[in-house]
Amino acid sequence: MIHLEKRPQPSKFWAGFTPVLAVIATMIAGGIMFWMLGKPPLEAIRTIFWDPLFHETFGPYSRPQLLVKAGPLILIAVGLSLGFRAGIWNIGAEGQYIMGAICGAAVGLAFYPSDSVLIFPAMVLAGALGGWAWAMIPGVLKVKFGTNEILVSLMLVYVAENLLASVSQGLLKNPEGMGFPGSRNFRDFPAAYNTELISGTGMHWGVAAAFVAVIFAYILLTRHMLGFQVRLTGEAPRAARFAGVNPTRLILFCLGTSGALAGLAGLFEVSGPAGQVTIDFNSGYGFTAIIVAFLGRLHPIGILLAGLLMALTYIGGELAQLMLGLPAAAIQMFQGMLMFFLLAMDVLSHYRIRLNTPATV
Amino acid sequence: MTGDTRHQNALLTLEGMTKAYPGVVANDQVSFSILPGEVHALLGENGAGKSTLVKMIYGLVKPDAGQMTLRGESFAPVNPAAARSSGVTMVFQHFSLFDALSVAENISLGMDNPPDRRVLSARIREVSQAYGLPLDPHRVVGDLSAGERQRVEIIRCLLQDPKLLIMDEPTSVLTPQEVDILFKTLRKLTAEGTAILYISHKLEEIRTLCEHATVLRLGKVVDTCDPREKSARQLAEMMVGDTLHVPSREAADPGPVALSMTDVSMKSPSEFGTDLRNISLEVRKGEVLGIGGVAGNGQDELLAVLSGEGRAQTGAITLGGDDITLLHPNARRARGLLTAPEERLGHSAAPDMSLTENALLTGAVREKLVDRGFLKWGRTEDFARRIITAFDVRTPGPDNAAGSLSGGNLQKFVIGREVLQRPDVLVVNQPTWGVDASAAAAIRQSLLDLAHHGAAVVVISQDLDELMEVADRFTALNEGRLADPVPTQGLDVETIGLMMGGVHGETAA
Repeated sequence: MIHLEKRPQPSKFWAGFTPVLAVIATMIAGGIMFWMLGKPPLEAIRTIFWDPLFHETFGPYSRPQLLVKAGPLILIAVGLSLGFRAGIWNIGAEGQYIMGAICGAAVGLAFYPSDSVLIFPAMVLAGALGGWAWAMIPGVLKVKFGTNEILVSLMLVYVAENLLASVSQGLLKNPEGMGFPGSRNFRDFPAAYNTELISGTGMHWGVAAAFVAVIFAYILLTRHMLGFQVRLTGEAPRAARFAGVNPTRLILFCLGTSGALAGLAGLFEVSGPAGQVTIDFNSGYGFTAIIVAFLGRLHPIGILLAGLLMALTYIGGELAQLMLGLPAAAIQMFQGMLMFFLLAMDVLSHYRIRLNTPATV
Repeated sequence: MTGDTRHQNALLTLEGMTKAYPGVVANDQVSFSILPGEVHALLGENGAGKSTLVKMIYGLVKPDAGQMTLRGESFAPVNPAAARSSGVTMVFQHFSLFDALSVAENISLGMDNPPDRRVLSARIREVSQAYGLPLDPHRVVGDLSAGERQRVEIIRCLLQDPKLLIMDEPTSVLTPQEVDILFKTLRKLTAEGTAILYISHKLEEIRTLCEHATVLRLGKVVDTCDPREKSARQLAEMMVGDTLHVPSREAADPGPVALSMTDVSMKSPSEFGTDLRNISLEVRKGEVLGIGGVAGNGQDELLAVLSGEGRAQTGAITLGGDDITLLHPNARRARGLLTAPEERLGHSAAPDMSLTENALLTGAVREKLVDRGFLKWGRTEDFARRIITAFDVRTPGPDNAAGSLSGGNLQKFVIGREVLQRPDVLVVNQPTWGVDASAAAAIRQSLLDLAHHGAAVVVISQDLDELMEVADRFTALNEGRLADPVPTQGLDVETIGLMMGGVHGETAA
């Protein structure tokens, strides 16, 4: 008989090793699924995990995509993880991402066609402020009136989506766009374009910002009093009050930081890979980042790896659809399996498995 | 009576009861018998295995080995319902009652086949009168005192006509007068042949109430005795297996006023909490003020208003002459007012964080563990190590989670953390709650030493023996009001009981 026995303290070894185990388990289970669909399992797995990075012909195209997709996911997830650590649930990063993009783009477009070097920094600032302000709405409402930040931040996503539709057909519409909805393309506005920093890598300012955010979050959580207060509030809210943590300030800090980082992600996306403000500019990064944050165990380094892994399965999944004709549903199943195994394997770090039977029943 | 005759006449016999948890054997070959109509004490320090043992008898925990015999028949309850149907009931230390429901509703929720509500109410009245435990079945539990809540639990058990009643620390929440009533009820029950298995840390109580005691140490039966023939100190030494160190105090002249509260009122943050009403007190340097009172009479609120977690609506608090009424917890710490709340897990310590991190929790300001916002982990770990050494905290090291420590060890850590920061004023709530005898003695000694070195100490506690031992002056909280303090010396139980019950003035003057 198998039974689980709680470990007195979570195992550090297993906490690090379970993600590897989960990827292997996903490959096996996914391989069986692909085989049952009549596709060659090994080739499908290779297409998803290997080809995006190392295929001779596709590699050069898909490799930059890895950082392009992972960048915003990591940037947003790092911000969210601070709040999640403290028990403050910002579910509306998608809305803050949109608002960051709108505000940042608006500042840039207002100065078209200037070539001042100050334009891009001003846009970055405006993007961060836009996301920050949008996240302050649930923050202030929670602090002043005790509203639920989950509901308010989530509902503000839909408000932001409508604002996006409105500005891309109105305020920010390209005057030379022949009536099509959508702003000017930043590719034609060099002073405001978030260009690729190292050619062929997909590395743009947003990816750099994501790496910086990871480092900052790591230092904050392990070396700074504020990070300690964030963790303490999540672990034991009463003890946090006792230790002198001001809950109001902490709520506003967590929501504000996650909003600002989501806003930055939006700005870097709209001024770079997306290129313009359009009705369907947002693509769910704000929601996917929630999964990335939890996959990374709310730890900055974990989030960095989780973001890259998530981006890889997206790119690899698309490649597998293209090359092997796998149905999109099968790819989503495969991604779902990965989430499932990652979370299910967590049990190993909290429990140990015993195979013996009790002496007496 | 010899072991053999005890065995033959026994109501319940335990033989070789064994239960192991990962890393610890909670019970190792425990055997003893309980006679009908006997009050049988189960003695032992925290972690000696008392709770595991009674949980096995009550069907909450399945033993790894061993057998029990109830009235000559094999007894192996698979769950509490099975135990109750065999006549074994239990009153827990922490009540499992719903505040918003009435007494009768609460009782019917805990019964296996509750009768009609009207019949039940009549039965509750009948039983409560028969055993001298007055209780109105229609009152809402949220309005009851702790003593009355306990009556609800006891009557719930009595309605099931028990043969064996297990009681876990029943008097920790009662006033001396309520304890008397409880003991009368228990004696009535035993006269009718009901056996009582009684767990308590209060050795004086065990000496007055119990006829037989089984002493557990580290999961094994180490001794049995008739507690009436032993002194409290002998009983304590049987539990600890060592000679007991009794706190000693040296008289010191009280200095100037260190902490004062004038007419402080505060609304309780929780719905079923107690508001503080017009509290005034003064504590001098070198003095220990003991604040007694039954749980839930404003103890948590008093600590909160002093620690800075709560804000007084009216009145003023001064520390060494300076007004600190509006200061935050860390600003108060910086000025020398330190506190230790009652609840260890989640309030005075974060259970899933390491001892080092918990040392930082209150030590950051005074021990200078933070430099411009950045944490000095090395210094913090040193501080944690100093606490562990100075207060004999049993743990493999400062990296261990606070929650992995036993209650007594964690409490030593929490008190040690505050004492080592050299407070001018230290306020502690229930400093030895659930702590074994030797750890409790060490904690009390440290509080006395602190006062001797010139600090003012306020001890809020429900353990009167503790307050008599450490306090220079005594007062009591009742429904959020504080009685006028009186010198502890020569104080009799009668006066204390009246102060705790809220009758202050002529008798307590």
